[in-house]
Amino acid sequence: MAELKKANSVGEWFDQRLQTTTLTKVLMTEYWIPKRINFLWSFGMVLATLFTVLVITGIFLMMYYKPDTQLAFYSVNYTIMHEVAFGWLIRHMHAVAATLIFLFIYIHMFTGLYYGSFKSGRELIWLSGVLLFVTFCAAGFSGYMLPWGQMSYWAAAVITNLFGEIPIIGPELVIWIRGDYVVGDATLTRFFMLHVFLLPVVIMLILGLHFYALRTPHVNTEEGEDCDFEAEARKYQAGDKKNSKVMPFWPKFMAEDIFVMCVVMTLFFFLVFYGYHFALDPVNAIPADPMVTPQFIYPEWYFLWSYEVLRGFFFSSDLGLIAFGIANVVFFLFPWLDRDPKVLPMHKRPYMKYWFWALMITLVGLTIYGKLPATGPNAWVGLVLSVSFLLLVLVLMPLLSSMERKKREREAA
Amino acid sequence: MGFNANRRGFIKGAGTALGVAAAAGGVVALYGMKRTWDPLPSVVAAGITEVDVSRMDKGDLRRVEYRGNPVFILKKDEDMAPNPARDVMINGEPYTVAIAICTHLGCIPAWSPSARLFQCACHGGEFDASGEVTFGPPPRALDIPPFRIEGTLLVLGEESEEYHRLVAQA
Ligand code: HEM
Ligand code: FES
Repeated sequence: MAELKKANSVGEWFDQRLQTTTLTKVLMTEYWIPKRINFLWSFGMVLATLFTVLVITGIFLMMYYKPDTQLAFYSVNYTIMHEVAFGWLIRHMHAVAATLIFLFIYIHMFTGLYYGSFKSGRELIWLSGVLLFVTFCAAGFSGYMLPWGQMSYWAAAVITNLFGEIPIIGPELVIWIRGDYVVGDATLTRFFMLHVFLLPVVIMLILGLHFYALRTPHVNTEEGEDCDFEAEARKYQAGDKKNSKVMPFWPKFMAEDIFVMCVVMTLFFFLVFYGYHFALDPVNAIPADPMVTPQFIYPEWYFLWSYEVLRGFFFSSDLGLIAFGIANVVFFLFPWLDRDPKVLPMHKRPYMKYWFWALMITLVGLTIYGKLPATGPNAWVGLVLSVSFLLLVLVLMPLLSSMERKKREREAA
Repeated sequence: MGFNANRRGFIKGAGTALGVAAAAGGVVALYGMKRTWDPLPSVVAAGITEVDVSRMDKGDLRRVEYRGNPVFILKKDEDMAPNPARDVMINGEPYTVAIAICTHLGCIPAWSPSARLFQCACHGGEFDASGEVTFGPPPRALDIPPFRIEGTLLVLGEESEEYHRLVAQA
């Protein structure tokens, strides 16, 4: 170790031991972000903020929650909601943050899709992102079980049953996952463990990967243009901040992000106080009863589109399950389903721009029909939407993107 | 030279042994973890459910619990078509005995006396009075639980020839 000089300040004392000055440069003041981005690029940090809200409120909920089928419902609906000071506020915050995080995940994800930030060097950002999405889905599902209301119970019964359709090992697997022949006490306690410990830890690890994967290819821009980050950074540091195409993460990029976060958090607290009903289903205020299925059961809104793909093939549960399986993993394949390596925003792509909005409309349609009873004409609309979804992602995405590539190559020649 | 070759051989051998031991330990640990998630013995020691059906009228539906699952017992009336492949004959009269779990994804269908159907709210599946699928995604008829008949007593959880005959026809 080099000879230690007496530190003149607390900052210097830490710098001598942890290299905090270098660390700040690498992570913040000399981490370069392109300027040509818009407010949609703020949703990554918005998500990070909401995840923090979930962790903190979750810690407080855990202090009174009881993961036991005899006690769970009352520990939530009586102890936390009525006895604990501000318990209701913490629960509302947790539920609303969980719902909003899915809204923003979808926005963030489809921003990446729109601007082509999922391919040509950025595959790992996208893959770690989809992995985050899947893990968040698991966390949402396991958390929904905890209040042990009617919706909790029946969502758990239906989803765990899905594994029973896997050939050969299916039925045994369902019993193993549940720890019982039916969803019961063992199921509740193990899903509690997943929700409060294992899944959050996994999410934090994947988040680390997601952020790290951003460093080498850098954040994409509105135009998908390439830029020489080192040259632009030198220009910025030499004082030509105006003409440089990049800005530092801190304070420039975060200044914009903090503004968007303020808007989002205003909406968040508005919902927490005045609009929490959409995040807390009234059917779930009835204690779980394994002997009575509620008249209508439907998942939370963010699962509705894939649930509708499952129901869409109403004449065959095997086809429905296969389609559902595809819907849940197909996003992982996007970097390779897009056959055009050039990074361009959708509005600059002659065919894919229609494809993108057709996909958005199909997903919204699936979400709406996922909530309606699947009888009569609804069943047929559901079928058409489900088939459209599969066609769009599996057939039209590779087809249209490779047509575009050929067209561009022809025009360039 | 010789010393070095021996030394390298020793390190390689020790490395392999360590690797094998660690892998074996890993497998054992995984097996142990898998076993911790298996149903507990108290759960497996499943009860047997006995139901006396002598007091049921024609058209009556009863719901009993068997291994944590609900079971439908429907005493058929004249308007419900006989189904030799599924009817359980108790004291010469036909009953439908079926696990009340939708064969699609496990919701509990509700009996609608007016429609004479078991209707599943989850994805619109429908079953007739014998438990056969008439509409929707369920892949097969409602399952028949293992049973044995003793006079007017229906014993759920024990298998009988009659049970095997019905299952063979399903
Ligand atoms: C809670 C979960 C997530 C957090 C906290 C998060 C965070 C971030 C942050 C801070 C950024 C950089 C700033 C920005 O472009 O917004 C980013 C970029 C990105 N994320 Fe995520 N993310 C999450 C989930 C996802 C998911 C589910 C996907 C897609 C399936 C995804 C795909 C991407 C992509 C493609 C980029 C690069 C954008 C670009 O280069 O323009 N992320 N993420
Ligand atoms: S669970 Fe009954 S129709 Fe799907």
